[in-house]
Amino acid sequence: MVRLVLDRIGVTLGRRAVVRDIGATFAAGSLTGIVGPNGAGKSTLARAMLALVPATGAVCLDGQDVSALPRADLARRIAYLPQGQTLHWPLTVERLVGLGRLPHLAPMSRIAPADAEAIERAMARADLLDLRHRIATELSGGERARALFARALAVEAPALIADEPLASLDPGHQIDVMALMRAEADAGALVIAVLHDLTMAARYCDRLLLIDGGTVAADGAPAAVLTPDHLRAVYGIEAEVRLDGAWPTITTLGRSPAQYRT
Amino acid sequence: MTRHAPPRWLLIASLAALALAVALASLLFGPVDLSVGRLLAAATGADDRVASIILFELRLPRTLLGLAVGAILGLAGAVLQGYLRNPLAEPSVLGTSNAAALGAVAALYFGLAQLHPAVLPLLATGSALVSLALLFALAGRAESPLTLILAGLAVATLAGAGISLALNMSPNPFAAMEIMTWLLGSLENRSFAHLWIALPCIALGGLLLLWNGRSLDALTLGEDAAQALGVDLARMRLRLLIGTAIGVGGAVAVSGAIGFVGLIVPHLIRPFTDRSPSAILLPSAIGGAALLTLADLGVRIIPTTNELKLGVVTAFLGVPVFLVHLMRERRLW
Repeated sequence: MVRLVLDRIGVTLGRRAVVRDIGATFAAGSLTGIVGPNGAGKSTLARAMLALVPATGAVCLDGQDVSALPRADLARRIAYLPQGQTLHWPLTVERLVGLGRLPHLAPMSRIAPADAEAIERAMARADLLDLRHRIATELSGGERARALFARALAVEAPALIADEPLASLDPGHQIDVMALMRAEADAGALVIAVLHDLTMAARYCDRLLLIDGGTVAADGAPAAVLTPDHLRAVYGIEAEVRLDGAWPTITTLGRSPAQYRT
Repeated sequence: MTRHAPPRWLLIASLAALALAVALASLLFGPVDLSVGRLLAAATGADDRVASIILFELRLPRTLLGLAVGAILGLAGAVLQGYLRNPLAEPSVLGTSNAAALGAVAALYFGLAQLHPAVLPLLATGSALVSLALLFALAGRAESPLTLILAGLAVATLAGAGISLALNMSPNPFAAMEIMTWLLGSLENRSFAHLWIALPCIALGGLLLLWNGRSLDALTLGEDAAQALGVDLARMRLRLLIGTAIGVGGAVAVSGAIGFVGLIVPHLIRPFTDRSPSAILLPSAIGGAALLTLADLGVRIIPTTNELKLGVVTAFLGVPVFLVHLMRERRLW
């Protein structure tokens, strides 16, 4: 059972402390949403979890410090979907998804049948089988986002960290991706997603980490985190929060009066 | 648009056949007409001194050098394009070739090359390495193609000026001619001695470069994603810098700075592959070998009073590649 522990993580970029003293433990079988306003340090925190940015404190994966783990080893244990849709060469969808198998390939070896099966599974789950021979740079933003998400799925790692996987997706595909991450978690994976859509976060996540100014403003079940008071203090918005019932919704009503913002 | 690339073995086999055909043609044709029969007889040890000298002391080393230099230039172009994620990157555009030529010129005209046979390739490799370090420092971490091309232009111009300065100051009546040779490249009058200087460097550099295929593929997704896929970026950068410097440095030490091979070849190869950086590495090496040997054959058989410089021919071939990119940028095509 995979377990990720953040112990007093701090990240300074340039002279700015972007992440300060964040501690949290993530367990297998859970889907955790990291939410917070722009510039709160969400993406930097996600990058720190993968040792992609120098950080103070320690990030431990199953008791091992991730910054001391060999990159290839870490790559097989945590799949990472970075923010944005970077794709520098016009690969086909199938080839793009296949990049997710790189951590599993021995030097100078070819793709094994097991890798080919993993690529098929990932494409099937992201509903990409019909698009497999299409050129990924020529797809619509939503299709490309799904292809990149499938690339992360193809790693078949016990943990997945996705940075804004819903960006540029229409509502239908947002639900598909959230459902996929939920299914990954239910199948025993540790899933962490940086999210902006609070309703989606409330509906699908077991737990939310609300980040503001590089620190944890609230941590817990969606109902405990997404309170009107928290939303006012962190986002500066007035919102109607209905988390009971089958379809939780958070409706933004407007900006809070200046004196209530922090 | 969908894509189905031809199988990789077919591409490699076709390119190898092409390179072989060009190499045979390079042995057969030249300013002196030798029949196939005479060359075959000379090759099998018949007592034909003229044919034997032309084959073994002129055409064979020249052909082998053309293949080796072309291979490393094509490969270096393919690797640099993958690493920098920029289809315009290649050793001469980035100034690496000129810098290596500057090192070679310094070794030759300050008499250092006479001290030890390794001095010439070492100085060429060393200055190529310095130029790449300077290039990356100038271009910074920005992924903008423009920044990189500008930095390459600065490095190439600086090294070119250095070559001209070194030759201007040297007490050599043929200096003007020599400047041309180093800036435009030539395989004229190269012997096996030259081949033995270049070949070890090209082989070592080539191996270091070929090693990066998977890491280059991962970089397609950007640096963060590549690292999260297990790529050690620092090590890869080191392999790539040293591989390019040694390979291109060793090649340029004997041939001068031949431009555009590394630009043209990956560009021609890419449509026949799945477009991933790793898929074009080996084909670009073989294609580069064929292209440079062909260009060198052209240099010999195109009737001119002075022999054409190799770089002139490759520059003519390189211009259309720039034009295609320009037209795509402007969405004219």
